[in-house]
Amino acid sequence: MIRVVLPQHLQTLAKCDREVQVTVAGVVTQRSVLDALEALYPVLRGTIRDRDTGERRKLLRFYGCQEDLSNEDPDTPLPEPIAMGREPYLIIGAMAGG
Amino acid sequence: MSGVRVLVGTRKGGFILTSDQKRQKWEVSEPQFAGWEVWHMKASPLNPDRLFAAPSTGWFGQQVHRSDDGGKTWEPIGNEFKYASETGTHLWYDGTPHPWEFARVWHLEPSLTEPDTVYAGIEDAAIYKSTDAGQSWAEMAALRTHPTSTKWMPGAGGMGVHTIVQHPEDPKRIFVAISSAGVFKTEDGGESWQPMNKGLKSPQLPEPEAEVGHCVHRIAMHPSRPDTLFMQKHWDVMRSDDAGATWTEVSGNLPSDFGFPIDVHAHEPETIYVVPILSDSYHYPPDGKLRVYRSRTGGNDWEPLTKGLPQKDCYVNILRDAMAVDRLDSCGIYFGTTGGQVYASADSGDSWSPIVHDLPAVLSVEVQTLA
Repeated sequence: MIRVVLPQHLQTLAKCDREVQVTVAGVVTQRSVLDALEALYPVLRGTIRDRDTGERRKLLRFYGCQEDLSNEDPDTPLPEPIAMGREPYLIIGAMAGG
Repeated sequence: MSGVRVLVGTRKGGFILTSDQKRQKWEVSEPQFAGWEVWHMKASPLNPDRLFAAPSTGWFGQQVHRSDDGGKTWEPIGNEFKYASETGTHLWYDGTPHPWEFARVWHLEPSLTEPDTVYAGIEDAAIYKSTDAGQSWAEMAALRTHPTSTKWMPGAGGMGVHTIVQHPEDPKRIFVAISSAGVFKTEDGGESWQPMNKGLKSPQLPEPEAEVGHCVHRIAMHPSRPDTLFMQKHWDVMRSDDAGATWTEVSGNLPSDFGFPIDVHAHEPETIYVVPILSDSYHYPPDGKLRVYRSRTGGNDWEPLTKGLPQKDCYVNILRDAMAVDRLDSCGIYFGTTGGQVYASADSGDSWSPIVHDLPAVLSVEVQTLA
């Protein structure tokens, strides 16, 4: 079970808690985790990744195990603590600045 | 309940303001879609409980939501706006070709005749139609692929379809206005579109009377006179009496003919309203005085309406979608400001009072008259 932490607006949209759990069959990567998340909550399609290209929306960041994973290859296996559910995979809205 | 329901889109959510027919005491809802930019909310004229809303953020993109209980609850509906064909290019600010890209929904226009049909105007400029109450959207692509569209160029605020005006009896006849391409009309339900900009003069353009490229801010129609249209252009207030074929200026004695919204009295088709703004460099009212101007002659002869509106130190703007009228016997006029005030008049504009002072910047105002 993978733990995913969502920003406030996506919790409201998906009508879910801050942390949700998803199941991934096969290799646990950012792509497979986000695919599973969107399958569980279809309303999130297009809110995290571009619908057509699958690329991260530019004002979102992906963190895990104290690392910024935002620009990593989405098909790279995630760190083992995330894959084993000991650490969450964090979806963060970038700071607006100002 | 009989009375009115005012739907207000703001930079940080939507608000629903309700009152009885007297329009003196108001209830203000909690924020809907709190924290999201709500560019537009609008109700079906055929089903008063059915509302549509278009919240978006730079972080999470575009949402479209529908309520079937008058705004008590909302459900997300289709938010996929795919261009129907090869996107091609329009002009970018530097004059180079730029591919069409979806940015946001600017305007939602429920059908006058079919309760499950709704139109959406988007940036980059295109119009979409849904026939399943917003679950899915199909582009009416002939507008975006009009032969002139390679020459369309965004204004400072982007290039979007911001106005969709339906003929009251012929659902195949629709006018749209695009910033900054101008007015287009279809008479065949969107299969083909014609530019309707003859008579517009825009000195900002290399060819001031060009077929397209005019920064039309808003058009309005009274349902009893579907061949008469009123327009607030970037500069100039205009009217057409031949269904958009030609336009004549009716700015008359306005203190400034720059502005954004324009609307028509519910029961007097020659009574129209604008809010003059000092200029495109300032985007606030002349002399720090917030004045709605009313013409009872369809333009040219205008009177300032000031009772209840701030007449000093007022430097707000009123955006193009932020004025609406109700259909009660004594017509109500409403508008919202970038300062977060929503003003209402229950007497055709003779006097005004704020419904609410301190909302986020108001992007849009629509009104439902409830039986």
